[in-house]
Amino acid sequence: MNYRWKWDIFFQPSPEGHGTYLDMLIVGLGWTIVTALLAWAIALVLGVVIGVLRTLPYKTADRIGFAYVELFRNIPLLVQIFLWYFVLPEVVPAEWGRWLKQIPNSPFWTTAIGIGFYMSSRVAEQVRAGVGSLPRGQRMAGLAIGLTLPQCYRHVILPMAMRIMMPSLTSDFLNTIKNTSIGLTIGLIELTSRARAVQEFTFQVFEAFTVATLMYLVLNMVVVFAMRWLERKIAVPGYVTGSR
Amino acid sequence: MFANFDFDVIIRTAPFLFMEGMTFTLNLTVLAALGGIVIGTLLALMRLSGFAPLSMLAAGYTNLFRSLPLLLVIFWFYFLVPWIAMWVTGAERPKPVGAFMSALITFTLFEAAYFAEIMRAGIQSVTRGQIAAGYALGLNYWQVMGHVVLPQAFRNMTPVLLTQTIVLFQDTSLVYVLSLTDFLGAASKIAQRDFRLVEMYLFAAVIYFAISFALSSLVRRLQARISIVR
Repeated sequence: MNYRWKWDIFFQPSPEGHGTYLDMLIVGLGWTIVTALLAWAIALVLGVVIGVLRTLPYKTADRIGFAYVELFRNIPLLVQIFLWYFVLPEVVPAEWGRWLKQIPNSPFWTTAIGIGFYMSSRVAEQVRAGVGSLPRGQRMAGLAIGLTLPQCYRHVILPMAMRIMMPSLTSDFLNTIKNTSIGLTIGLIELTSRARAVQEFTFQVFEAFTVATLMYLVLNMVVVFAMRWLERKIAVPGYVTGSR
Repeated sequence: MFANFDFDVIIRTAPFLFMEGMTFTLNLTVLAALGGIVIGTLLALMRLSGFAPLSMLAAGYTNLFRSLPLLLVIFWFYFLVPWIAMWVTGAERPKPVGAFMSALITFTLFEAAYFAEIMRAGIQSVTRGQIAAGYALGLNYWQVMGHVVLPQAFRNMTPVLLTQTIVLFQDTSLVYVLSLTDFLGAASKIAQRDFRLVEMYLFAAVIYFAISFALSSLVRRLQARISIVR
């Protein structure tokens, strides 16, 4: 028995009433991208805040940052998504719970927020490593010319550290995109779940997965090239960072 | 908040959760980690072999798997493995393999791509002079690798290999999508049967956290010890 390839299914109308099976995958890709972008924005903001906390000369700040990172890093992402989606509405005051349950598009918001928090713990570790890899003299020089500690972070430490971190941030962003597929467990119609749906409607497993795979590969390449371009664009002349 | 919290459901179902669920999770983690490290090391050796077709093949393999979401790979193999089994055994039609076997093959091959990158860095961390010295002593490629390079590569990379294994331990929860009874799957089945989602998911989170945190603390201590030695 041989597998019967039927590539033309992608141009047949899907049973959802509008568009072809290929359109189903394209819409899924769109949700993957939108979810990943929102999650990444959350991860970057929280990650930088927590990462900075861990480099401040205050013990309490370091401890808070450490607890945050360990909490979000040591629970599987799928479990975290379930906690946000199923558990949070039940443990907050009943009124808030009712409000949470009737938010439109809640799989999208839940996935983006869940992945955002999860990835923020990883970004925080990169920020800590990036700040730690700067020569101590830069912080000292900043403080010596009269900058306050926040000004020193804003104008000296973070701009340099973020540039050093660019390659590892690229791979964290790629991980964010891949992680969005976990949204399918709570009903997000992203690319992997759409590939599953095409497979269930048409029984053409391998065509559906092949096209989804190609879409992920192209998305990866676009991100890698865009981040390389950005890295070159913001490079400080004469200062060699970790990238090629 | 805990007024309706039913601790009893956890105690009642703990034997099932741990004997069935956690056993599955740990078996899958340990076997996939061992298999992944073996295949990953071979991939790293291929990649660094200097023989273009082999190194391109290994690079293609690692880059492909590292660009795909694990969930998509799980679905791929879930449908692909029966066809491969048919092809290997010469059977008439796609041959169902057990759910555990399917998951094990998926995680081994997927994680091999990540372990390969770690081992590549590990092999490259051994100075070139040692390899040259090995060849100068008259050792062949496998002797140099087996007696000089790989022992040091493993030693240098132990913390990273363990960290990746913790990631793998957490990733095994994704077999949930195949309705397998791993630890999360077991918790989820009870949660839905007894309408105790809050209790079961919180308990699962606590257990995963405790194990991962304990292991990663261990890795941190190991790392501190190794970095003093070097």
